Amino acid sequence: MSTSPDSLAHHPAGQTRKGLSTLSLQWLGVAPFLLFALLFLILPTATLMIGAFQDADGHFTLGNIAKLFDDSILSAYWISFEVSAASALGGSLIGLLLALAAIQGGLPAWIRPTLMTFSGVASNFAGIPLSFAFLSTLGRMGLVTVLLRNYADFDLYGTGFSILSFLGLTLTYLYFQIPLMVLIVTPAIDGLRTEWREACESLGGSSAAYWWHIALPILWPSILGSTLLLFANAFGAVATAYALTGSSLNIVPILLYAQIRGDVLHDQNLGYALALGMIVVTGLSNAGYIWLRSRAERGRE
Amino acid sequence: MKSTSRLGAWVAIAIGTLYFLLPLIATFEFSLKMNRDGYSFEAYKVVLSDPGFQATFGYSTLMAVLTIIVGIVLVVPTAYWIQLKLPRLRPLVEFITLLPLVIPAIVIVFGYLKLYNSSSWLPLTGNERATDFLLMCSYVTLALPYLYRSIDAGLRAIDVRTLTEAAESLGASWPSILLQVIFPNVKSAILSGAFLTFAVVIGEFTMASLLGRPAFGPYLQLIGANRAYEPSALAIIAFMVTWASMGLIQVFARNARPARKTA
Amino acid sequence: MAYLTINNLHKRFDDHVVVHDFNMSIEQGEFVTFLGPSGCGKTTVLRMIAGFETPTSGQIRVGGDDITHQSPQKRGIGMVFQSYALFPNMNVTQNIGFGLKMRKCDGAEIARKVAEVIKLVELSGKENHYPHELSGGQRQRVALARALVVEPRILLLDEPLSALDARIRKNLREQIRDIQRRLGLTTIFVTHDQEEALTMSDRIFVMNQGRVEQEGRAEMVYTQPATEFVARFMGNYNLLGAADTHRLLGLDIQGHLAIRPESIHVLDAHSQQADTLAGTIRQHQLLGSIIRYQIDSGGVTLQVDRLNRTASDLMPVGTEVRLQISRDDMREVR
Repeated sequence: MSTSPDSLAHHPAGQTRKGLSTLSLQWLGVAPFLLFALLFLILPTATLMIGAFQDADGHFTLGNIAKLFDDSILSAYWISFEVSAASALGGSLIGLLLALAAIQGGLPAWIRPTLMTFSGVASNFAGIPLSFAFLSTLGRMGLVTVLLRNYADFDLYGTGFSILSFLGLTLTYLYFQIPLMVLIVTPAIDGLRTEWREACESLGGSSAAYWWHIALPILWPSILGSTLLLFANAFGAVATAYALTGSSLNIVPILLYAQIRGDVLHDQNLGYALALGMIVVTGLSNAGYIWLRSRAERGRE
Repeated sequence: MKSTSRLGAWVAIAIGTLYFLLPLIATFEFSLKMNRDGYSFEAYKVVLSDPGFQATFGYSTLMAVLTIIVGIVLVVPTAYWIQLKLPRLRPLVEFITLLPLVIPAIVIVFGYLKLYNSSSWLPLTGNERATDFLLMCSYVTLALPYLYRSIDAGLRAIDVRTLTEAAESLGASWPSILLQVIFPNVKSAILSGAFLTFAVVIGEFTMASLLGRPAFGPYLQLIGANRAYEPSALAIIAFMVTWASMGLIQVFARNARPARKTA
Repeated sequence: MAYLTINNLHKRFDDHVVVHDFNMSIEQGEFVTFLGPSGCGKTTVLRMIAGFETPTSGQIRVGGDDITHQSPQKRGIGMVFQSYALFPNMNVTQNIGFGLKMRKCDGAEIARKVAEVIKLVELSGKENHYPHELSGGQRQRVALARALVVEPRILLLDEPLSALDARIRKNLREQIRDIQRRLGLTTIFVTHDQEEALTMSDRIFVMNQGRVEQEGRAEMVYTQPATEFVARFMGNYNLLGAADTHRLLGLDIQGHLAIRPESIHVLDAHSQQADTLAGTIRQHQLLGSIIRYQIDSGGVTLQVDRLNRTASDLMPVGTEVRLQISRDDMREVR
């Protein structure tokens, strides 16, 4: 044997090193992106998460998390939850009906692209201009309020309604929630094949049987997942609520906004915990959305 | 049976149309009422001639353009590289690009203020130029989901690997592969992402307000809190900007379709 | 009295006529095929029988009842779709049992019938699988079972095998025919594949541009095409125009003369037989059991098939031969 143990050991090692270097060169291609994500997305979020578990001196504590369950903060989460849930449920139901009407309702062909384009616009028309629009519509001097008072002799504000209230905020959120639902549920509705309906008919199933036994079960994961996405979308929204209600409505994003501007809680680390709580809520509902969407895709052939 | 369901569809569309048009009509009507003696475009005149409007709208437009450029430079090579060389990393990169939809903007900016305050290792909030840079980075972050998804879809629609190999075998260098072969074929996808980014950035409030920069969003909020008719005029202007962005996306998407079929 | 009769059926979409004056009658238990290229109207006729399209005019009767305007639910006609159309949210058992459930059968009866039909289509062991967990052939058998279990008056099959690969297609072809015979089911099968039509059918309707070009027993349609279209679609017929026919054979015809490649006999060049043509071999192609020659005769190229018996049978290019065509094998077609 002329081959020394040394050269035997050496050869594969050299190959590994070469393999590693091409691999690291390949990683260089995505390095700028990863660095950016680290600096402006991951580290800032991580530092808040760590801060949520520290006291003012930097020691570990669960006290901040515990303080989230104080009545005033808990009620902020609860109102946020209610507004988000109401606008998500309403948005997904109405959005689903609109999409179904446009796609399967046997309406003229131009309805569908018009609805889609408009949904693209309206789902992005959130924030401050949207709050202006609803103040002009349902505010004390808004067009609908005035028209109802002058022509229908109906005093909207006399019923206790206010655009600055829970109901007003939900109505306003629906303006971007419904179109968002239309956009994300449309592919699922397009996935309903006409053959399924025909197969159902030829087997003796009525239209109701088709919806109950076939169409709704197939759409169900998409509907539920979309609702969760809408929920997260509303839960994190700041601008619309802030411009509409100022700080009169005690919801989490506004509380957090006030905290960042002026430390209204007089406790920096409690602020971090507040942010962590938001991430947990939106994170969970997004995870649910992704899981349900993958389920819906798997079921399709 | 069929006619009742069609009637139901018409009713649904009619109610939907009413719900979405009413606020626009109301806003428009309100914006015309600034003069006591009848409808006029007075509010628009006041708004458009306000130096504050011009300054903040200009600032936000500049921010949007910078965001789009930096976003494209960051995302196109990454998406291309992932598809060509590192498909194993696709789940990770896709996950990262979805994070801005999961983490609310207000949380992200809160993190910036904690991490980059004036006494930190990287005091990006220390002076105005640096804060402008930070604001732009925050917008790139917000735009990541839209940009990445539309560019990735554009790259998938063309066969990137084969195109690259064909260009390589014809002797093209890497810059010319990217600029002359890949880029022209995903141009419309990039433009869709760009206009969506513009629509998102132009009126953005949370980031700009909390970083204390004079952008259009905080200006809107200020006017809304202090004036009566101008906010309505501004809302109509903002709506038209959004509409124009979306309309341009439609135009480019339509032009791209036949090209994609032959590719 | 025929079981299914269709009279003067027309179908128009906007101003495009898809089905033109379609007539037919089928006996109970017959296996009939609509054969034709895509867009010939065969699927539209099938969908009108199933009730998914409304005829512009005409009448469809089953067992004496006029079903032309009856809803699909009440027709009792089973359909197997080209794309299977299995419900993705239901497993094999639920898919097959769906029609019985719609008919309000009780659970025990559903379970019994489903189990029976699962055995019939050889899907035992797959009862709890979902469509996306099955192969193409298995899905197609579920679709067949789902249509069979409700004991339809007529079974319609819309290109049910076209999405499957060749070997599974052949197997399933025999299985479908076998089940159809055993149950004595009146069946209409739609295909664009002439081999499929020939091997499965009792009777074939060859369709083109919304009309029936020819109908008849499988072997008749193949050996005696009525029109140029059928001759071209059914096999590799030699089609001679009127001028060529006159020059070559001294016959005067309208339309075309159709001659099947295997009906031309090749004799050696010195043959003394009467009524033969001189020819020269231009090309040959080995197709397994047969050899296909292109033979030039008086400026006309004829295709001639011969059995490939031994290697020495192959005649090289340039060989001079004489061709004999029996009058019985020449068909004048429109």
